[in-house]
Amino acid sequence: MADKNVHYKKVAASKDFRKLLEEKRRFIVPMTIFFFLFYFSLPVATSYFTFLNTPAIGAITWAWLFALTQFVMTWVLCGLYAKKAAQFDKYVSALKTESRGDDE
Amino acid sequence: MSMTAFILFIAIVGLTLVITYFAAKKTSNASDFYTAGGGLTGFQNGLAIAGDYMSAASFLGIAGMIALNGFDGFFYSIGFLVAYLVVLYVVAEPLRNLGKYTMADMIAARFKRPAIRGVAAFNTITVSTFYMIAQLVGAGALIKLLLGIDYWIAVLIVGVLMTIYVVFGGMIATSWVQITKAVLLMLGTLIISLLVFAKFDFSLLKMFEQMKTATPLGEAFLHPGNKYDVPLETLSLNLALVLGTAGLPHILIRFYTVKDAISARKSVLSATWIIGIFYLMTVFLGFGAAAFVGTDAITAADAAGNMAAPLLAQALGGDLLFAFVSAIAFATILAVVTGLVLSAASAFAHDFYSQIIRKGKASEREQVKAARFASIGVAILSIILALFAQSLNVAFLVSLAFAVAASANLPLIIFTVFWKRFNSTGAIAGSLTGLLSALLIVSLSPSVWDPSGAAIFTGEPLIPLSNPGIISIPLGFLAAYLGTIFSSEKADEDTFTEIQVKAHTGMHMDTD
Repeated sequence: MADKNVHYKKVAASKDFRKLLEEKRRFIVPMTIFFFLFYFSLPVATSYFTFLNTPAIGAITWAWLFALTQFVMTWVLCGLYAKKAAQFDKYVSALKTESRGDDE
Repeated sequence: MSMTAFILFIAIVGLTLVITYFAAKKTSNASDFYTAGGGLTGFQNGLAIAGDYMSAASFLGIAGMIALNGFDGFFYSIGFLVAYLVVLYVVAEPLRNLGKYTMADMIAARFKRPAIRGVAAFNTITVSTFYMIAQLVGAGALIKLLLGIDYWIAVLIVGVLMTIYVVFGGMIATSWVQITKAVLLMLGTLIISLLVFAKFDFSLLKMFEQMKTATPLGEAFLHPGNKYDVPLETLSLNLALVLGTAGLPHILIRFYTVKDAISARKSVLSATWIIGIFYLMTVFLGFGAAAFVGTDAITAADAAGNMAAPLLAQALGGDLLFAFVSAIAFATILAVVTGLVLSAASAFAHDFYSQIIRKGKASEREQVKAARFASIGVAILSIILALFAQSLNVAFLVSLAFAVAASANLPLIIFTVFWKRFNSTGAIAGSLTGLLSALLIVSLSPSVWDPSGAAIFTGEPLIPLSNPGIISIPLGFLAAYLGTIFSSEKADEDTFTEIQVKAHTGMHMDTD
């Protein structure tokens, strides 16, 4: 199909597609940096320091609470992505409608 | 072997064979065989991902590690879960949009050179085989302990069953075996956790308070550093855990079993809930085993602690619960090895045979036939390797599989979708460097060399690091980068534009 490249170039240059990529980047890049830092702060803190060994609630130490927040963090970040992705889907369906219009 | 255990094992075998019978009737073309025709819902696939992922190493291994080492065992639980953020944010949706049957499909969507598909397929086979040998050796040892039958018979039973599921029922049978196992595993873990929690009067404070005196470690049981006292080792392990999942071929192919990227996303979201709840419960399994079975009894049954969960079930619920948990462990092993056979076999049959040798011209019948033969071949090979590896300590192969997945596969996947300049030289360089460096480091590490003979060879390890990730993962990414910028090959911008549009919109899938 000779016009295949033309077709994809046209979509790639469209305003909706640029916006989709831009919004994805604006969400995914900072969130990924955040969860990496958050995740690695646990092994770094337990490897090089002992302050997490102090009791927080009764015999439960800060290390366990921090470990628990890793679970909460994962679920919250999944939920945030699901919400954000619903917006991405709107751009995608707009793009699909446009491109179908072109075909006809 | 108790009668109850025997009946429950037979019930699981019977149930999975019924699933396979119905799956076989629905498996007629290559798409059915490799991806269940893309017909699963997001939630079903989420359960199947959980069933594919939570291996015996998770259920039995982590319970044992927490029971014996306290906090350090929990690192695995955290890493295995947080890893799904990488899967969700960067891998699942583009993979679903670009690929068809295998991980290599996604890479080959951008790079047409057969060598690249070959390298990606080879990595798939390597990772899946390592993982499978660890599972089969563990399975043999475990079933031997649980049922009192010989190791080789146990390996053979598991090996024959996984072959039957895949050969006759392909991905449909694999998916439903995994879904069944996920439900059983969650149920069993929940029952034991509640029983343990009841013993502590449903008070977390009381549970932690009592754990301070319940083990020989004393208060240190609750503190990190009992198993991982070398910081670099801890960080290396964590890096491989969090990045490895997104490069595990047997997990990645699960995203082809749903119809589109939105369903792939829903699969990860469901899987993350299920897997997270499971890994939280590993604390109850580990604490319970430490408190109510005891360190001595756990290590007497199995030095690595793999019997902690079944023994805990026995202590809390007698023979009936022991039999139930043993049967769940059996189902867990079956579901994971089945997924691994399918992923290795699809790399052989789809990537090497259909795409590279037949150049995509094989008929549907030929493809299904090739896939079935490849499954039998993969299964026989793994069974033979597992029989030879009986006396070897191969538990490290699981973490090696994660390290290879993160070092060789992840750079390839991420750069293919997100880096415009990435070219085929970089792809091959990154992939091979990641693979070979991880293998080389491990082959010189304490996992393979031990002066007292506790590893495969006797002698001083040349590299003191058991987990290669912290070296091999950066090397894999670096080699992919350097290979790209130093090669004279020009980036194909038109193809990248096409890949970008496809990966982020999936619009080409509507018209296909």
